[in-house]
Amino acid sequence: MQQFVNTLINGASLGSIYSLMALAMILVWRSTRVVNFAQAGQAVLSTYVGLEIHRITHSYPLTLIIAIIFGALFGALVDLLLVRPLMHRVGDGPIAAVAPVIVTLGLLSAIQGFVGLIWGGEYRSFPAALSQNGFKVGLTRIPFSPFDLFILFTTLLVMLAFAYIFQRSGLGLAMRAAAFEPEVARLAGVRVARVRTIGWAFAGGAGALAGALITPTTLLAPNSLDLLLVFGFTAAVLGGLESLVGGVVGGFLLGIGLALVVTYLGSSFTFITAFVVLIAVLLLRPRGLIGQRSVRNA
Amino acid sequence: MRERFALNWLRIPSGMRRALLLVLVGWGLLLISDRISEFRVYQGASVATYFVAIVSIVLLTGYSGQVSLGHGALLAIGGYSAALVMQNLHWPFWIAFFAAVFVAALVGALLGVAAARLSGPYLAGTTLAFAVGLPSLANQFSFLGGEQGLPFDIGVAPSRFGENFSPYKWLFWISALFALFAVWLAANLLRGRYGRIWRAVRSDETAAALSGVNVARSKVLAFTVSAGFAGLAGALLCATVSLVTPGGFPLSLSFAILTGAVIGGVRSLVGAVIGAFTLVILPMVADAIAQGASDAVSTNLPAVLTGVLLIATIVISPGGIAESLSHLGRKIALRRQKRI
Amino acid sequence: MLSIVGLTTDHGHVRALENVSFEVPAGSLTAVIGANGAGKTTLLRTLTGLTKPTSGSAHWHSHDLLSLSTEEGVRHGVAHVPEGRSVVSELTVAENLQLGALWRGKDPDVQIAREEVLSLFPRLRERLSQRADTLSGGERQMLAIARALIARPDLLLLDEPSLGLAPLVVEQIFQTLDRLRKQTGLTVVLVEQNAISALEIADNAVLLSLGKIVISGSASLIAQDTELRHAYLGY
Ligand SMILES: Nc1ncnc2c1ncn2[C@@H]1O[C@H](COP(=O)(O)OP(=O)(O)OP(=O)(O)O)[C@@H](O)[C@H]1O
Ligand SMILES: [Mg+2]
Repeated sequence: MQQFVNTLINGASLGSIYSLMALAMILVWRSTRVVNFAQAGQAVLSTYVGLEIHRITHSYPLTLIIAIIFGALFGALVDLLLVRPLMHRVGDGPIAAVAPVIVTLGLLSAIQGFVGLIWGGEYRSFPAALSQNGFKVGLTRIPFSPFDLFILFTTLLVMLAFAYIFQRSGLGLAMRAAAFEPEVARLAGVRVARVRTIGWAFAGGAGALAGALITPTTLLAPNSLDLLLVFGFTAAVLGGLESLVGGVVGGFLLGIGLALVVTYLGSSFTFITAFVVLIAVLLLRPRGLIGQRSVRNA
Repeated sequence: MRERFALNWLRIPSGMRRALLLVLVGWGLLLISDRISEFRVYQGASVATYFVAIVSIVLLTGYSGQVSLGHGALLAIGGYSAALVMQNLHWPFWIAFFAAVFVAALVGALLGVAAARLSGPYLAGTTLAFAVGLPSLANQFSFLGGEQGLPFDIGVAPSRFGENFSPYKWLFWISALFALFAVWLAANLLRGRYGRIWRAVRSDETAAALSGVNVARSKVLAFTVSAGFAGLAGALLCATVSLVTPGGFPLSLSFAILTGAVIGGVRSLVGAVIGAFTLVILPMVADAIAQGASDAVSTNLPAVLTGVLLIATIVISPGGIAESLSHLGRKIALRRQKRI
Repeated sequence: MLSIVGLTTDHGHVRALENVSFEVPAGSLTAVIGANGAGKTTLLRTLTGLTKPTSGSAHWHSHDLLSLSTEEGVRHGVAHVPEGRSVVSELTVAENLQLGALWRGKDPDVQIAREEVLSLFPRLRERLSQRADTLSGGERQMLAIARALIARPDLLLLDEPSLGLAPLVVEQIFQTLDRLRKQTGLTVVLVEQNAISALEIADNAVLLSLGKIVISGSASLIAQDTELRHAYLGY
């Protein structure tokens, strides 16, 4: 029983990170109709930047905040300098349908190469906010640490902030309108391109936070976040790729599910499970586990 | 006009003409391989290998309109299958190559069944997940040799080829032979019934379905055939290093193949040749640039260049070099006509 | 005044508008009529930057409409209600309304405009918290118009507001337009298939056929021209 509970809370803390990554991918998908595979590259880059900040300042809060800000700025730049011109150019060329995806892939390759070029390929450790040693319950140490608590707390905070922005603020309203019905949004005076860039910035920030939170456990290398990308994508698909809430739920489900698999089947089954879940969801419930059929009838 | 008619190869039937052309090319390649350095011969083998891999993407993305970001995984399946067959059954190496094609095609068919029902981003993400995760499986099953991998040695040339016939040349011969066989197969496939069906499905799925094409089956078939080519490429790739390891199929390999296909022109077999050469030349360019720089620079520069080239191609000329060249050719021809 | 000079728009190889010129005096209502595919929708979309013109010019007072982006046009008082009940299905009625006035920020007049719009279409007030895709077709059209009006435009471009609506609702919408025009000096360009009703409330009319202007001028004169009616309007 104790083991089961431990697994659950552990999975929740991992799942919250997957949720963040899923949020990042969903934000971009909704606003631009591109699944941004470069998200892993962007997150790796911001995490290395964070590492540099930590080397200089030895301050964890500064490290985290600057990594997030850098991630957000970089995300905005990717949209401004790459995606926006591309959308204008590609139009209906021979590979118009796949061009954006291929470009994000090119960006991933370029960023990972660049990161390796600057910082080398060897694994590096990344600071955690709090101790990663498990709490003590009675005499035993459980595998849930203060840092795990910090992860859960931070991501919940971020999600609440997102929820507030999206549901309560004018910017959120503009973002939703621009995502669902760009032309109507423009006719209503929403500066859709700008709103889209803001979406990329939010996504970049969320991805950066996900990278900074998972790296103390996985260590840092140019491609150390590839798996996070896959899990984030799976979580996003679980939630139907359109809904932010869906992505969060998908992330937690995946995190907890994978934690259960690790505990009861062994860690070698993690990836197979995730892959099978991904394919099964895509084939059986393409709108995601909790995605609803849209009521639209016009 | 009359000139072109004469060039029509004295009215040899087109299938035969293509075969003849390939034999000529093969003969030319062999002659060349005798006159260049060992290292160049080795690079030639790499070109042939990449070529097969890129043809696999051309069939899938260029003709059937499906994206795969994870072809590296199919290459891995080919490589491991070939190595397992050699190691456990001790069959001759060329049967191992066919085993690679067969197993990869089988996996491809399974993937294709799923892929036929997935669109754009979903298929892209799923194949990417496949490429990220699959190589790591090798670590978990002891018969796959773990991190060390498995040996895959195609041996040396039979003695009747002469004393001076180096292992590299042998490798090159085999790779070139398989590449020529692959291009012959692909060209025939694309000109035939399935090529037409794939093109129809790619340009308008609904219209194709309405005119009686079984869209799903055509997509699965495309995935299967493409995976077969990828399996062959994987076996060839492992033959060049005589080894199959999980580390031999990083995500960057999948990217490189895709880049080669896009740069050359994702709808063209000629483009595949251009792409294959680009992939081999790229690291040399990187080396030249990184001369004297640290190790980190020289190992990572190719990835940067790959990414930048990929993006640049899509932004500047989405049809790839092959299409740009044919545009150029048409322009020149037009101008010449006008002058006459 | 809206003045359009030599406007030509192509969709690829299709010339949808050819050398169209006409003027709409401020405070007037101009009906644009013509058969299916005449280029009416293209005309409005070109005016608000949704479709790029090939040549020509269009000015609203001193603003060069063709150089403004769609979203900037709104800020210069040009509102466009496109064909087909354009609301955001995923948002509630209240949010759709809010969207229309978002660019006006915290302007206290927004609340007043909202009240006015809601009293124009009382039905919407009852449905404020409903998602837009649960509205009936007519209610959606009302919402689309309300969304445009809440921005307090000077120039309103309406594309077939009557499409698929009950005659009573059409009547109501047209009356509302007429009233707004008289009360606030709103300038209206009304694209309509329903030529009879449109010509009734319009001051001027423009008759398009295959992208070209057949005739433009006083609405009542065009309505009386039996030959034109037979040839182009089918009644
Ligand atoms: N995006 C497009 N691409 C190609 N052709 C187009 C496009 N939009 C419109 N057209 C063509 O331009 C012409 C004018 O179309 P438009 O929509 O302006 O007509 P309309 O007068 O609004 O017709 P309706 O009364 O049916 O709404 C038509 O022949 C149409 O087929
Ligand atoms: Mg129309």
